[in-house]
Amino acid sequence: MSTTHKPGAHGAQKDGDNTTGHEWDGIRELNTPLPTWWLYVFYATIAFALVWVLLYPAFPGTGWNGLLGRTARTDIAEQLAADRAQNEPVLARLRGMTPAAIIADPELRDFALAGGRVAFGNNCAGCHGAGGQGAPGFPSLADDEWLWGGKLADIQHSIEHGIRAPDDENTRMNQMPRFLADGMLTQAQVNDVAEHVLSLSGRAGNAVAAGRGAAVFAENCAACHGEQGQGNQEMGAPALNDAIWLYGGDKAAVVRSVSFSRAGVMPAWATRLDPATIRMLVVYLHALGGTQE
Amino acid sequence: MPEGSATIPAPVLERLHLSTQPDYVDGPVRAFAVATVFWGLAGFAAGLFIALQLAFPALNLGLEWTTFGRLRPLHTSAVIFAFGGNALLFSSLYIVQRTCRARLFGGEDAGWFLFGGYNLFIVVAATGYLLGITQGKEYAEPEWYADLWLAVVWIAYLVVFGGTILRRTEPHIYVANWFFLSFIITIAMLHIGNNVVLPVGLSSRSYTFAAGVQDAMIQWWYGHNAVGFFLTSGFLGMMYYFIPKQADRPIYSYRLSIVHFWSLTFLYIWAGPHHLHYTALPDWAQTLGMVFSIMLWMPSWGGMINGLMTLSGAWDKLRTDPALRFSVAAVGFYGMATFEGPVMSIRAVNALSHYTDWTIGHVHSGALGWNGFIIFGALYWIVPKLWNKPGLYSTRLVSWHFWLASLGIVLYAAAMWVAGIMQGLMWRAYDSLGFLQYSFVESVAAMHPYYVIRAGGGVLYLAGAVLMAVNLWRTIAASAASAVPATLRAA
Repeated sequence: MSTTHKPGAHGAQKDGDNTTGHEWDGIRELNTPLPTWWLYVFYATIAFALVWVLLYPAFPGTGWNGLLGRTARTDIAEQLAADRAQNEPVLARLRGMTPAAIIADPELRDFALAGGRVAFGNNCAGCHGAGGQGAPGFPSLADDEWLWGGKLADIQHSIEHGIRAPDDENTRMNQMPRFLADGMLTQAQVNDVAEHVLSLSGRAGNAVAAGRGAAVFAENCAACHGEQGQGNQEMGAPALNDAIWLYGGDKAAVVRSVSFSRAGVMPAWATRLDPATIRMLVVYLHALGGTQE
Repeated sequence: MPEGSATIPAPVLERLHLSTQPDYVDGPVRAFAVATVFWGLAGFAAGLFIALQLAFPALNLGLEWTTFGRLRPLHTSAVIFAFGGNALLFSSLYIVQRTCRARLFGGEDAGWFLFGGYNLFIVVAATGYLLGITQGKEYAEPEWYADLWLAVVWIAYLVVFGGTILRRTEPHIYVANWFFLSFIITIAMLHIGNNVVLPVGLSSRSYTFAAGVQDAMIQWWYGHNAVGFFLTSGFLGMMYYFIPKQADRPIYSYRLSIVHFWSLTFLYIWAGPHHLHYTALPDWAQTLGMVFSIMLWMPSWGGMINGLMTLSGAWDKLRTDPALRFSVAAVGFYGMATFEGPVMSIRAVNALSHYTDWTIGHVHSGALGWNGFIIFGALYWIVPKLWNKPGLYSTRLVSWHFWLASLGIVLYAAAMWVAGIMQGLMWRAYDSLGFLQYSFVESVAAMHPYYVIRAGGGVLYLAGAVLMAVNLWRTIAASAASAVPATLRAA
């Protein structure tokens, strides 16, 4: 690199070394040569680039993948193959087993618990919470209360077919009426039955209203939720006589549930997850919540 | 007055300099400088708020207009285009007139058109973000109606800037103007190229000309070179004027400025594909994006060397001039960010760093350190000159600003490095059975302390900027008589 500019007269006078002789608004510039280290590192990066484009795919339209022949696709294929080589034999066994059989084998049980934890974190925790503790509208999976049953087969069915999943014929389906919105109960009756529901879990409220509400409950609610509000897992009707409330247990929330109903949805995972993953989830969830044999 | 310079002796000419200079257009330059401070405060505050949202999601407030998704482009655009853009405009319009010894092409009217037009674009774009009107392209979110208007303003900018260079009375074009010109031309090309869209009727929506991975490639050709030409070339133009002015030293190497200007300009434009490693983008494009990024290292550092070495013989000024400290620290951050960038462009490194907060940390060491500090240094130097004051209200406040902002950057960058590398490692950690060790939400939960530290860095950086606003305001408001030269107020 050379420059055609000769050191300027007045620059040289002032600095005792070479400037270009240019001056702009009082700014002058020295004509210092390029730093040697800078130039050599620059050349080195260019050399690196030239080598790299020979090693890796860099020539469009040629179909040539470089001397190493490695592409992003070969990278991912290798990693998936390695992953499969490690776990596929176990996963293949899991696919052909019931969750009960998996739990009976200590080695497979540990494997399923580890895999189920990760699958839960990546697919379920968004709604049900990182520890399965649930959130308003999303049931806790870490307690003893199960809406649709806590046996291994129940859990497996819920995961595979979902809750009110529109794209699965065998999904868990029920529909509580919208008692106020559809004119089945009056506002006063809704209020009374809500007082009664609160009394089922031992909460004192308006005893007179609760008394009136008992009759409304027996007529409209007990068929699904049970005489004592103990719930019915066959129908997915939650227990009303405990402290666990999916949509809130204060009076306003109960009035809202009675008036307008609730209908949460969970996707059917059979079409989304590998059968082995679903079995691992079943084993994990069964260990997470209060187990029903 | 080149004819006169042949007959009048140099010392006399030097003394007459003030009276022989053209009638520079400074009104719009002052307005751009004020807008720079205003948008800076707005952009930093928005950044702090969204940083707090990430640490404390309740701050999304449950309103669509205040969610992170809408405020994030508001923050990035306020900082890059409003704060950075107004700074580029005040400095380029000031510098091109002085270094060409020529009045601004188009005069006051052109300057005010640019000021009004550019800031109108910013306001229109900002309202779009809050209302959810977006193209979904990072750093190019504004929809077609705002883009069209910006294209008009930007071409006017090119005409005004280029016209001023053409009517220069200096024989040569100063290096700062090479950088400004490459910035203006390239941004015009990128902005138009990335916004070829078909509006859906007269609605605020549009469809892009290209689809799929082609659209992604055009977007990152734009996105990377917005960094390259807006935040690098343009800011190097500022550096090449303000550092020799503040240090009162000649530029270290003219040859280096030529070589690094052309190598930077040639290489930068090809580096965009490194934003799309391990995507549907063909491998050959990823490879080329990476190697061009590696080759960019030394051309980038050429600017740093020229900035730092210009201080040879004037290092002592760093003790007494905290404004110069900003400019020099800026060049240091520039060097760090332009080393980190090529490293992150290597595919194997990118496999760890991409989609993590490491990227956020990288961008911010560049934006807070390089762009922010260059602007602060320039403002502290230029405001007394533009308003004809003997000096700043307080250099002690400048010093406070410097240390607050520096500490803020350290907290920010360190927190994001740790957070980013931790995310990358958590996402790829496997247990002994071959399962992923962590679910994604666990990595989110693990980020909380770092997000809090990052917000703390933002508090410091914003606090420093508030001190600057006060300091500059008091400088401008001071009557000529009561203003005390900066040197007498040195802490």
